[in-house]
Amino acid sequence: MGKTIAEKIFDTHRIDNPSGDINVIQLDAVFCHEITTPVAINDLKERGMDRVFDSTKIKAVIDHVTPSKDSKTATQARIMREWARNQNIRDFFDIGKNGVCHALFPEKGFVRPGYTIIMGDSHTCTHGAFGAFAAGVGTTDLEVGILKGVCAFHYPKTIKINITGILRKGVFAKDVILSVIGKIGVNGATNKVMEFTGPVVEKMSMEERMTLCNMAIEAGGTSGICYPDSTTVEYLWKFIKDDYESKEKALSDFEKWHSDADAEYTKIIVHDITDLKPMMTVGYKPDQVQEVNTEEKIKVDQIYIGSCTNGRIEDLREAAVVLKGRKISDSVRGILSPATPDVYKLAMKEGLIDIFMEAGFCVTNPTCGACLGMSNGVLAAGEVCASTTNRNFNGRMGKGGMVHLMSPAVAAATSVTGYITTPDNLD
Amino acid sequence: MKNFNGEILFLERSDINTDEIIPAKYLTEITKAALKPYLLEDLKLEGFTTKDIPGKSVIITRENFGCGSSREHAPWALEVNGINLVLAENFARIFKQNMFNCGMMAVELDKETIEEIFKIFKGLKTSIETDFPKAVFVLKSGGKSISIPFTVSEFDRSLVEAGGWINFADKNY
Repeated sequence: MGKTIAEKIFDTHRIDNPSGDINVIQLDAVFCHEITTPVAINDLKERGMDRVFDSTKIKAVIDHVTPSKDSKTATQARIMREWARNQNIRDFFDIGKNGVCHALFPEKGFVRPGYTIIMGDSHTCTHGAFGAFAAGVGTTDLEVGILKGVCAFHYPKTIKINITGILRKGVFAKDVILSVIGKIGVNGATNKVMEFTGPVVEKMSMEERMTLCNMAIEAGGTSGICYPDSTTVEYLWKFIKDDYESKEKALSDFEKWHSDADAEYTKIIVHDITDLKPMMTVGYKPDQVQEVNTEEKIKVDQIYIGSCTNGRIEDLREAAVVLKGRKISDSVRGILSPATPDVYKLAMKEGLIDIFMEAGFCVTNPTCGACLGMSNGVLAAGEVCASTTNRNFNGRMGKGGMVHLMSPAVAAATSVTGYITTPDNLD
Repeated sequence: MKNFNGEILFLERSDINTDEIIPAKYLTEITKAALKPYLLEDLKLEGFTTKDIPGKSVIITRENFGCGSSREHAPWALEVNGINLVLAENFARIFKQNMFNCGMMAVELDKETIEEIFKIFKGLKTSIETDFPKAVFVLKSGGKSISIPFTVSEFDRSLVEAGGWINFADKNY
């Protein structure tokens, strides 16, 4: 019997099988941010075990609230800084170099096909876009990961989602993943890896694949995963060119991870997106999705473009195309948070930041901030936000606030009219 | 081993997420104790107020409890309120793992059993006694009493006995 990509990764990383289908696997990277790591650091100190398994395999960033907004967040940041310094963690990204972890770490080349990665952050599933097994964990798993470089998981069961058809103009990876979550539900992939394959995924850029894998957790998935291919090689080439004689060699090495034709899946879903329209969420669960409703003229107070889902350069480009030469409505405020400094710089170079600012957007530094209602764009009770983020939970962006998830293009169009609409509805 | 006995808090809803269990704005706390007043602050459930929490030691709920964020602050907020046991039809993966990693328990019961518990006991002052070695819960209210056998995997059982994953991993790896 053949194996899935996730099974191949587990079989090459397993160090123990303590009981049942529990696999303790060796980790290639442990990612850390300032919200979930300080408690682990403090606990390790209290236990007299203040050390790390391998300082080169730990990557750390301050991204959730940055620059710090109060004494508490300043303390979290200070704990991270001191720890990174004391443990000689070279890949530590502080103010000026920091960005949203799931956009920053791929950009730095820290994710490779076949890797095993954990982080104390549920959207760690994003990194599966590179053909890695990447899972969000809690602080205890993170703490053991930091100390021992291992983590325990059930042997992976996989749902294959074969995305077929043609992605039409005005429809994006965000719409695809929202439609998948709408189809299978917020519990549809719990304890499963979501393997995204098929002609639509093959044509996607790494950025689009990251958007796709990013929201696997919203269906309960452990990790999203895509097959590494020539697009992956191109993206990673500047980091791996010394490891391979040629791109072809790299590609053939990467292809060893692809699932076998006779691999076994829990379920295979064929998802044709040819007729897919721009999507949005309603309600408080990410599976409450529908086509963008322009009839109802749903009024919003804030537009937020950013996050680990849609704060990358392609997202900014799509929004800027809509905003060019237009102004946002007087009834809304627009916030753009480029996900990383490199995204920010490139957006400036391409003139995108100008377009956003001319339209009336505020541009913040890279941070997770508003997405989870921590800083830089928190909603007041009764306010509504059109957002390119990943969660519409009750109170997510601020107590009593309402969040509608959507693509950057729809969010941009919405900023112009003040109610939810698609770009093709603009004058 | 932690205490798995006491009075039940009935939360009859599916998909209760981690933002409802403990909103993100409290994740700036760096001690578990500081989370205590905020447990379930944003829970959307008719008839529920946070005043229902004091005195409760066990939660019974429906499907997919703990979905959303990876924050271990969710189990911690339960723990500092004296709640070490949650019973549900099923759980989000990270939440369930976090519970056992902390030496707490997230136990799955089949839909019919959960249905029956809500039918018999919801609205009544109900307590639970956990016989961990025999893997049986006994639910009692007034004169009513039912025994419910449960299953916890060998690995999860060893985490509860070891007092969590850190102790287990430190010993074994």
